[in-house]
Amino acid sequence: MTDFYQSQRAMRAMRKAAMQRGVVALLDIGTSKIACLVLRFDGSDPMLEAEGVGPLAGQSRFRVIGAATTQSRGVRFGEIDEMKKTESAIRTVVQAAQKMANTRVDHVIACFAGANPRSYGLAGEVEVLDAQAGEQDVARVLAACDMPDIGQGREVLHAHPVNFALDHRSGLSDPRGHVGNRLAVDMHLLTVETSAVQNLIYCIRRSDLELAGVASSSYVSGLSSLVEDEQELGAACIDIGGGATGVSIFMKKHMIFADTVQMGGDSISHDIAVGLQIPLNMAERIKTFHGGVVATGMDDREMIELGGNSGDWEKDRRQISRAELIGIMRPRVEEILEEVRAILDAAGFDHLPSQQVVLTGGASQTPGLDGLAARILGQNVRLGRPLRVQGLPQAATGAGFSSVVGLALSAASPQDEVWDFEIPAERLQGRPIRRAIRWFRENW
Amino acid sequence: MRPLNGEPPMRRAAVQQAGQRRVIIGRKGGRRDPAPSRLAFRLQRLWLTPVVRALTRIGAPIFVVTLGLGLWFGDEGRRADFTQWADDIKLQIQNRPEFRVSALKVEGAGPEVEDAVAALLPVTLPASSFAIDLTGYHDAIARLDAVKDAAVTVRSGTLEVRIAERDPVILWRTPNGVEMLDAGGHRVASLTRRDARPDLPLIAGDGANNAVPEALEILAAAEPLLPKMRGLIRMGERRWDIALADDRRVLLPEKNPARAVERVLTLDGTDDLLSRDFSAIDLRNPERPTVRLSANALEQFQIVTGQILPQKKAPVTQIAATKPDTQKADTPKPAAQKPTAQKPAAQKSRASTPSPSPRPTAKATP
Repeated sequence: MTDFYQSQRAMRAMRKAAMQRGVVALLDIGTSKIACLVLRFDGSDPMLEAEGVGPLAGQSRFRVIGAATTQSRGVRFGEIDEMKKTESAIRTVVQAAQKMANTRVDHVIACFAGANPRSYGLAGEVEVLDAQAGEQDVARVLAACDMPDIGQGREVLHAHPVNFALDHRSGLSDPRGHVGNRLAVDMHLLTVETSAVQNLIYCIRRSDLELAGVASSSYVSGLSSLVEDEQELGAACIDIGGGATGVSIFMKKHMIFADTVQMGGDSISHDIAVGLQIPLNMAERIKTFHGGVVATGMDDREMIELGGNSGDWEKDRRQISRAELIGIMRPRVEEILEEVRAILDAAGFDHLPSQQVVLTGGASQTPGLDGLAARILGQNVRLGRPLRVQGLPQAATGAGFSSVVGLALSAASPQDEVWDFEIPAERLQGRPIRRAIRWFRENW
Repeated sequence: MRPLNGEPPMRRAAVQQAGQRRVIIGRKGGRRDPAPSRLAFRLQRLWLTPVVRALTRIGAPIFVVTLGLGLWFGDEGRRADFTQWADDIKLQIQNRPEFRVSALKVEGAGPEVEDAVAALLPVTLPASSFAIDLTGYHDAIARLDAVKDAAVTVRSGTLEVRIAERDPVILWRTPNGVEMLDAGGHRVASLTRRDARPDLPLIAGDGANNAVPEALEILAAAEPLLPKMRGLIRMGERRWDIALADDRRVLLPEKNPARAVERVLTLDGTDDLLSRDFSAIDLRNPERPTVRLSANALEQFQIVTGQILPQKKAPVTQIAATKPDTQKADTPKPAAQKPTAQKPAAQKSRASTPSPSPRPTAKATP
């Protein structure tokens, strides 16, 4: 753990350096597409602040100056599968975004959906040393969380301190300076497979870029597609992507649970290709143009030309009705939603005060999906699109871009992670100079 | 429609079979990956680096152009050729008819000045306007004595010279001849004879040209005297003498000579002073004007006063009686210092003693 923990700290420092330089690239490595945004940070707009708009949760501080997407190569189920192809895809998209931004980008924050994420809720409790809780107390209580057995070959991707409690007062976001005796913390830990992260780091290093942060796609798409009261009161974000469907549950503006289903839009296309015996790209095209999940009588009469290049006239002139297509798609969509339902049930979603479910991601644009999802996931279902940010091109405002937009939001105003806090003094053994520096800083 | 006779339809394919393989580029191979190669990616990133961009877009062209010009001009012959070529081009442009000056027009000048202006022109017309040094020409014209002010312009092929001439107001006799001077004392032209301009008054003496305004002031004051006057003489570059006919002089003081002239005129009006027989009226000391009698008058005076034997009768100068009145009107002074005309020669030394002037006030002309 300590190795990746250290590199997370290093990535935080890198992110700060990138913010100071003013330009950072965001990379969403998906199964069907790879999207890249180039952000420019130029401080808050004084004119906006004068008009009382305020910093808008950090959104007014950046502007999208470059955006590009490319078809993803070598990614399966949200994980990098073929390094060479993914690397070339990353180069393609970064080059296009750089060209649009007309600037060179050195730092990249990336997110991916796969790598089998697992959520853990941790709790820690310590006695406060002084009368007031200080930096060291926060560090100690974070260190006091009992580390679960996350398994071999897994790393901590996110570790959010969700809630601080001091004596009987709970729900503190920042306990520093508060007077109390016992400090407790609830922490949300998200672990992923090490190999996926290593592959990502390797691919980005190969493209001469520096990795300034890694995020889970479920988390960041929740950030961008849930509105503020949904994040506050509790909501689930279902990001139906190409190869994986991310589920994240937000409460009090913190992610408290995340998981993925290893199915998505590509599974639907695969079903169509198998069922109709047509190539995958044709299946994808038919799904995009004619797909749906609710069949009506009209759909029996609407015929879709399948076409083909086999030379056999009979095979090349086949036609199917739209009802048949829906008949192929609907079971798979239902299966995905059932899986999501199972995950939500396992996470205890029905205990939350608000039962809002937001569907986003590229496959959420399937017509009739919200009706089907309402049957399976509960009544409060809506389709979500990413928040609008400055300079985002019209082409990148669709539901498929919620994770990359959320990455922009989290890059502009990141939530505290464990590695943003100081290392507790007890852990600093063998580093006497650092301890001395810390002693001086605290006592002078 | 394909012909029905047995020509094989794919003739060109048969020809190609002889030497080369035909490669079919179609969609079967799939779409090409648009990904850039690592080199292209790195080059583009390099190109997007601001320093590299600036160097390439500004630095490199400047370097290349400078280097090329430096190498090309490094050769002596090429440099000479280039200079020659540039000079030729310059000359061709200068010699175009648009820049030709074919006539000289002089305005506001007399014939002599006009001739002089034409003679001063450094080129022969027609000439290019680039060849005429207008400033130099203007300075040369302005250096002419008769020219007060000059303006030189080239307008539609004509060189126009507008001249303001100096007006001669006075003549100055020098050992070399007679000069005409303007009101400021500047030389206008020379005259061979004084008769050429009888209308102008005459002045003489060293440095007379430096005091022309003063001379004009005196002449204006002495207007009634003009018929009797021969001119003004500058004495010691300091003061003026009025030269009257018959070699008589009125010696004017250094300060305020016009007032002294008015005084003479007043005396003339009351005592008929100027029609008397004298050789000089000395007004240099305003407190004691002195009249120097001519030899003849002195003799008469001495006869009258009984100093010598009378030979013939002469009118006695009676100015002593009138003088104090005029003096009183002029400047009221104590009686001891009242100026008096020195009638007896014996009183000469006695009268001269209280005088502030070191000079003798009256002298008998031999």
